Amino acid sequence: MRHMALTAIAAVLAGTAAFAGGADDDTLILNDEIEMVTKTAAPDHLSDAMDEIISGWHFRSDETQQLQTDDFENQGMIFADYGAEAWDTVEGSEDKSCASCHGDAAESMVGVAATYPKWNDGAEEVRTLQMQVNDCRTTRMGAEPWKYDSGDAINMEAFVTSHSRGMPVNVAIDGPAEATWLDGKDIYYTRYGQLELACASCHEQNYGNYIRADHLSQGQINGFPTYRLKNAKLNGVHSRFKGCIRDTRAHTFSPGSPEFVALELYVKSRGNGLSVEGPSVRN
Amino acid sequence: MRLTAITAALSLTAGAALAEGVAPDDVSYSDYGEVTVSLSGQPGDATRGREIFANKSQGNCVSCHAVTELADVPFHGEVGPILDGVGSYRTAEELRGIVANAKMTFEGTVMPAFYKTSGFIRPGDGYTGKAAPDDLAPILSAQEIEDVVAFLMTLQDS
Ligand code: HEC
Ligand code: HEC
Repeated sequence: MRHMALTAIAAVLAGTAAFAGGADDDTLILNDEIEMVTKTAAPDHLSDAMDEIISGWHFRSDETQQLQTDDFENQGMIFADYGAEAWDTVEGSEDKSCASCHGDAAESMVGVAATYPKWNDGAEEVRTLQMQVNDCRTTRMGAEPWKYDSGDAINMEAFVTSHSRGMPVNVAIDGPAEATWLDGKDIYYTRYGQLELACASCHEQNYGNYIRADHLSQGQINGFPTYRLKNAKLNGVHSRFKGCIRDTRAHTFSPGSPEFVALELYVKSRGNGLSVEGPSVRN
Repeated sequence: MRLTAITAALSLTAGAALAEGVAPDDVSYSDYGEVTVSLSGQPGDATRGREIFANKSQGNCVSCHAVTELADVPFHGEVGPILDGVGSYRTAEELRGIVANAKMTFEGTVMPAFYKTSGFIRPGDGYTGKAAPDDLAPILSAQEIEDVVAFLMTLQDS
């Protein structure tokens, strides 16, 4: 039933004409409770490039937007529920689950996703949320690491991220994280592939414009993981990056690569101030 | 037998292209980005050019440019200017240069170069995400560029 309704919406969307242009002025209120910040002043480090940062939610159709306003309609929450089960599941040689160390995620995980990727002193590296989860799995649980952006990893990321919804993205870009952040910035402005397009070509110079049937957003990642109607599953940040670079007829980087970790930190920092929305719904 | 015939035909086309056409690295652009000679040595076919312009797996020009004459093709993009009447205010030489490598006319433009095979950063093998082969082909062949230019020349102010 629910699936049929979604298919019908997708069909209507495909039929609507392009040329709507720009971001809309709707307001995103989650579960009639939390009002999300979906547009706000650009962080200082971005002020020479743009004045306002805008969530990808504003570039989607009303029907797609609606699905994200209610946890019972948001298909991404089903996957977050699988993550919740894994949170309590004992795995590995140490007989531990995530809950053994972190207790109730609704308390211990509040605000965590808003600050990732983040510098880790002990490991002397910038870590994404998935890298941190895998470190817990291998060193504390004695369990196998999850493959980057695999279903298990994304479900857990969605579950953890859901506890930060409505809180402002706030990743640190100075101090020891700065070198990685600068690497990510380089990648963002590099024109890859035979089409010679950078992230900035589409998401900084052309957001609001249609490219064929696609309404270009700022390519923000405050909404990740995203449930996409197109492939009916949750999608990770690195998989999205990979798809976008592939579309420039380029040799892509791999999910989990140092390049994508750096790019994730940089792109996330472009959204500093927007509310965390993950898991969000996109087309 | 059959295979030999195909190979023979292939080397014939390659030979012909070398004899009369201009390879991507050898195209000569004027200071304003114009290209004066036909890249294939042949005239373009506007009907084929129209298809290449609209076809997703070929030029896919329509993903960035709207054209009123292409009303039968869905979803025209907005990244580049509307091209209605472009054949009236641009010469064939200018258009050939723009389609072959728009960066020679518009510095830093987001418009891709369709007749270029070197100087890329991490070029891929089409849309596979894998590394490009050593003998990377241009996105459009010399004749396809000529066809697209012929189509653009049909876009006259009414
Ligand atoms: C050829 C154009 C193009 C390029 C280049 C490009 N993208 Fe995208 N990107 C798109 C389109 C189209 C979409 C889907 C519509 C949208 O959300 O903008 C998209 C979506 C995204 C999204 C999802 C946003 C959301 O709210 O769900 C992210 C994140 C993103 N891109 C990041 C990047 C990054 C980082 C790069 C460079 C590595 C990049 N893109 C390069 C076209 C492009
Ligand atoms: C990724 C976007 C993109 C694609 C794909 C693209 N163009 Fe463009 N094109 C542009 C932009 C942007 C401009 C404006 C030049 C500038 O100032 O950057 C332009 C300019 C032009 C112009 C000059 C228009 C004028 O007013 O002088 C022509 C002609 C043109 N494009 C033809 C084509 C053709 C033919 C194709 C496909 C073979 C194509 N374009 C594909 C983005 C694109």
